[in-house]
Amino acid sequence: MRYVDEFRDPELITKAAEEIHRLANTGKHYRIMEVCGGHTHAIYRFGLKDVLPSNIELIHGPGCPVCVLPMGRIDDGLAVAKQADVIFAAFGDMMRVPGTHGSPFEHKARGTDVRIVYSPADALQLARKNPQRHVMFFAIGFETTAPSTALTLMRAKAEGVGNFSVFCNHVTIIPAMRAILDSPDMRLDAFIGPGHVSTVIGCRPYEWIASTEGMPIVTSGFEPLDLLQSIVMILRQLRAGEARVENQYKRVVPWEGNRAALKAMAEVFQLRPYFEWRGLGFISQSALRVRDEYSQWDAERRFPIPNTRVTDPKAAQCGEVLKGVLKPAQCKLFGKECAPEHPIGALMVSSEGSCAAYYNYEHRKTAAAMLTSIASVA
Amino acid sequence: MCLAIPGKIIELVPGQTHLGTVEVTGVRRRIDMGLLQEDPPEIGDWVLIHVGFAMTKISERDAMEQMDLLRMLGETEQAMEEIRGYGFHDTGEHEGASTGTG
Repeated sequence: MRYVDEFRDPELITKAAEEIHRLANTGKHYRIMEVCGGHTHAIYRFGLKDVLPSNIELIHGPGCPVCVLPMGRIDDGLAVAKQADVIFAAFGDMMRVPGTHGSPFEHKARGTDVRIVYSPADALQLARKNPQRHVMFFAIGFETTAPSTALTLMRAKAEGVGNFSVFCNHVTIIPAMRAILDSPDMRLDAFIGPGHVSTVIGCRPYEWIASTEGMPIVTSGFEPLDLLQSIVMILRQLRAGEARVENQYKRVVPWEGNRAALKAMAEVFQLRPYFEWRGLGFISQSALRVRDEYSQWDAERRFPIPNTRVTDPKAAQCGEVLKGVLKPAQCKLFGKECAPEHPIGALMVSSEGSCAAYYNYEHRKTAAAMLTSIASVA
Repeated sequence: MCLAIPGKIIELVPGQTHLGTVEVTGVRRRIDMGLLQEDPPEIGDWVLIHVGFAMTKISERDAMEQMDLLRMLGETEQAMEEIRGYGFHDTGEHEGASTGTG
């Protein structure tokens, strides 16, 4: 495991790892899904797999907003961006995600006005500064990010900023978790619950996972010790035959969530009847749309939208990887046609995508080891 | 984009209660504190920032550890680029600093 010595509490990390080995029943194979892409990144970066017993398998979940966005939505957003007066504003994470005719960056190179913003409020400011143009913010993200878009729309409405709109792709985590559990080819023992999504929604929305599905779920922080402690908490529950929601990340996650953030989301957004997720297909009530009261700031009602549907390349197995059925390296294109320098699927674009994380840490490590062994033989 | 950046509130904007100035390793930027209106931060408080909005208050110790975490994840540079990029409530002093918006 990397960085343990330079990280805080190395003794505690060692103790947690030992406790995991003690608690894990050697006759059992544990499949634990970390839902959040930030956790996936941390798990690879810190090499946590190296300290876990071989019968604990971490399955990477769908919590990377860039990765689950179907290509058709990117195409639709870019179709609006082609209109003469429109500035297409999005987070940097979106810029290299491929659409059918290229990524937003490639569209920019061909003359579309594409800008990186670091905040939805930044996009609103861009609209204030460019009253002759229309700024469309291409919004992505789970409940961590949706409240910020909501507050920005509330400010746009209060100020009467008419040249601003949101192309809303905000998604909600609970229906995706339900879809994964309903998937016939999926068997899980427990969840490591998302960290920052839970600062907004709190821990209550996970209670059905414990009560109905009979599975433990522990919301976790992002440090190595946090993740190992969360696995300890999960194993203790499994050993005792319990299924509860526990909060390992108490220093940041309040059990009840953030009421002001939830209120802002409820004011501005409502659930869509269904929404397409890459890899998971259509999931009912799994995404947000802008409420009628804010329709003036809803890009989907302000502009004609082609409603593009794109089937992912057949050879790419993003869906299976997103659901945790395949490991990144088991995809036929992994590391060959699809690599961080030339991504085919979004999982290879975002640092939170499991393919990019696996490629950057595991694949390069394996490749380096192979080169060393070849060199030693030669 | 899931990771949050810790910052210290060093200024509240008079008459605009949702705005504050944070300092993150020497860089000062305006952020929106509207999501913390039920428990508004005061000067000297530490917050976790996500896409320009304070999400939650944290202790100073947790703030230091969060900075360490970003360093360990190799994301310090990206986090600072984000902080420097916030230009949404610029007052002139940040003009031209929003590297990503041009």
